[in-house]
Amino acid sequence: MSSREVILNRVRRALTDVPRDEVFPVPRDYARAHVVEGVLELFAEHLRDYRAVVHEVAESELADAIAEAVVRRGARRVVTPAGLPPAWTAGLAAATCVPDGWVYGPIDDLSDDPTNNRPKPAAPHLTIAELDAADGVLTGAAVGIAETGTIVLDAGPGQGRRALTLVPDWHLCVVRAEHVVASVPQALERLVPGRPLTWISGPSATSDIELDRVEGVHGPRTLEVLIVRRPPVV
Amino acid sequence: MSKAVPPTGATFVGMPPFPRAARDAVGDAQLRHNLRKATHTIRDKRAVVVDELADWAELRAAGAAIKDRTLRRLDEHLLAVEAAVTSAGGTVHWAADAAEANRIVADLVRATGETEVVKVKSMVTQEIGLNEALAAEGIRAYETDLAELIVQLGEDLPSHILVPAIHRNRAEIREIFVREMGEWGVPAPAGLTDEPAALAEAARRHLRERFLSAKVAVSGANFVVAETGTLVVVESEGNGRMCLTLPETLISVVGIEKVVPTWADLEVFLQLLPRSSTGERMNPYTSMWTGVTPGDGPQDFHLVLLDNGRTDVLADRTGRQALRCIRCSACLNVCPVYERTGGHAYGSVYPGPIGAILVPQLGGVATGKVDAQTASLPYASSLCGACYEVCPVAIDIPEVLVHLREQVVEGGGHRAEKAAMRAAEWVLDDPGRLRRVQRLAARSRKLIPKRAPGPGAAWTDSRSIPAVPAESFRDWWVRERSGPADTAQAGVRPTGSAPAAAVVEARESEGEGR
Repeated sequence: MSSREVILNRVRRALTDVPRDEVFPVPRDYARAHVVEGVLELFAEHLRDYRAVVHEVAESELADAIAEAVVRRGARRVVTPAGLPPAWTAGLAAATCVPDGWVYGPIDDLSDDPTNNRPKPAAPHLTIAELDAADGVLTGAAVGIAETGTIVLDAGPGQGRRALTLVPDWHLCVVRAEHVVASVPQALERLVPGRPLTWISGPSATSDIELDRVEGVHGPRTLEVLIVRRPPVV
Repeated sequence: MSKAVPPTGATFVGMPPFPRAARDAVGDAQLRHNLRKATHTIRDKRAVVVDELADWAELRAAGAAIKDRTLRRLDEHLLAVEAAVTSAGGTVHWAADAAEANRIVADLVRATGETEVVKVKSMVTQEIGLNEALAAEGIRAYETDLAELIVQLGEDLPSHILVPAIHRNRAEIREIFVREMGEWGVPAPAGLTDEPAALAEAARRHLRERFLSAKVAVSGANFVVAETGTLVVVESEGNGRMCLTLPETLISVVGIEKVVPTWADLEVFLQLLPRSSTGERMNPYTSMWTGVTPGDGPQDFHLVLLDNGRTDVLADRTGRQALRCIRCSACLNVCPVYERTGGHAYGSVYPGPIGAILVPQLGGVATGKVDAQTASLPYASSLCGACYEVCPVAIDIPEVLVHLREQVVEGGGHRAEKAAMRAAEWVLDDPGRLRRVQRLAARSRKLIPKRAPGPGAAWTDSRSIPAVPAESFRDWWVRERSGPADTAQAGVRPTGSAPAAAVVEARESEGEGR
């Protein structure tokens, strides 16, 4: 008998007291969200709590804000994933941008692929050494979570492969107000399982030495976030 | 310092039973200082972020119920995991015990032609002794979590689920880095101070090249979503992301109890776990992956589903709630016993209150199979209940501890105790017998030693044998209150006491013939 059968048989033997038609209730009376108002402000506050650098900008100021951040950082080579809106890099010299071609299909294009498990490998494909040689990476984000100060990347356009936001030491991330939700449950509703997801709450950190929090271990040591405000309602 | 010994099951070989190990630990002032500072820091942080969520009780109830519902249909959920992971391009392996899991991992690593693997911090690979098993096959496993690195470089044993080097202070860690890093790879920088930031920077430099060149990684997982085949790893440092993203091959060893049925179930656990564990609203990094994604991350993914005693736990209707555990370690940080002894005294991979119920069950305490060290773990508690209060999945640890104590006693591990209890029952059951034993004890009281002889000596290590009075209460009562009896000195006789004394005597007489 295979170990698969052995384990499954052991499980079934262990559960002889459980009726096979049992309906075991799960109480779901917890809150879908803990805040309703001031979600964007809370998002910024919680990002800062975990030592992210946060700026709030209008759409029209975004290209300048990105260019200023790159200059302030002194970054000469910034990785730019495929699908990044061209306007974002309008203020950067062409030589500053280090493009990577890999892209996952957009979330809303589920017509021919229900699991949306359709990444599109494309050149150029940066090597780990090339990523290590870059000074930073510029990406968008799929979701922001206010209650926890979290940014979620789902490998969609403008976010790229997971390695892109891992190896460079500085991550400049643009989060649009309409992508920010209040809570973890709301975030999971928006995300598509099956895609590689990275949840980021501040820069990498450790508390392994006497429970003293130290920011910046193996991931990017600096996380800088540009929150793009909603355009004013006319 | 204890030398690392590969575990068999979930306990470390050759560790003394808890009471002896605990006595040594509480005598170590530095250790007690480190532990007190660390456990109090983290329990205070937890309390603050748990208080932020007004519906914590509802989340906790949902978390417990989701786990229970899953466990009660575990076979179906495991088959769903297998189907989903396979269709997403992963390969699923089943391991009935530690030896089989180690064999599977070693064979997979060998098939890649590599002799080194990088590891994400994982309790389950410690439980099965994977590093030692790989070493025996000529494969070197490098721990990449900072605390696990400290433990590995120091040839030490982990002492906490979340912060395995909690027993070390900064000066000790600096010393280990300076002494050992060069032996394993990039040495510690010259002039390394004991500032935590400097030590973390040394770890970054030490591991950087290893991450960027690693071909094979081994991880565990915090959750596996059955309906999607998604694995979830929560972490802080980014070493997890490095291991899960950069290598070509990823092998994840996961206990069968880690399954949650649906994607939406994560909304409960991703709120419960970080707040209970590190006391953060969210841990810095959480990685979720489903099988293989072309062009992103490892292109060869293997999931090893591990039993190793979990089905024995599942079979115990009281004890199975231990399988709800999400390894947050909140119970360690509030435990008055853990705070004073630290994790090493438990002699097991899973220390603290959760370890005291999980380790004996994984080892088969219900069938009387466990050694003296494992059998001592259910007694490593004052049953104060603080662990239950903070448990995010409401495991009633005191209830299971008492249940396991019954099993230990029934299991024949405590023959002397049982004999003593039977003798006590024989004496106490019969008033006449009790009176004669008490008088015998009173007459020979000068002969009773301060320390108990033989196996009873341990009891008197921290206690004195109570002084035996010159006269038993019963004899005193009869003498003082009922006039002339055994002794002639009748004192003042309060009214109404004679009937009471008569009752005592009458009962003792009735008892005589039994």
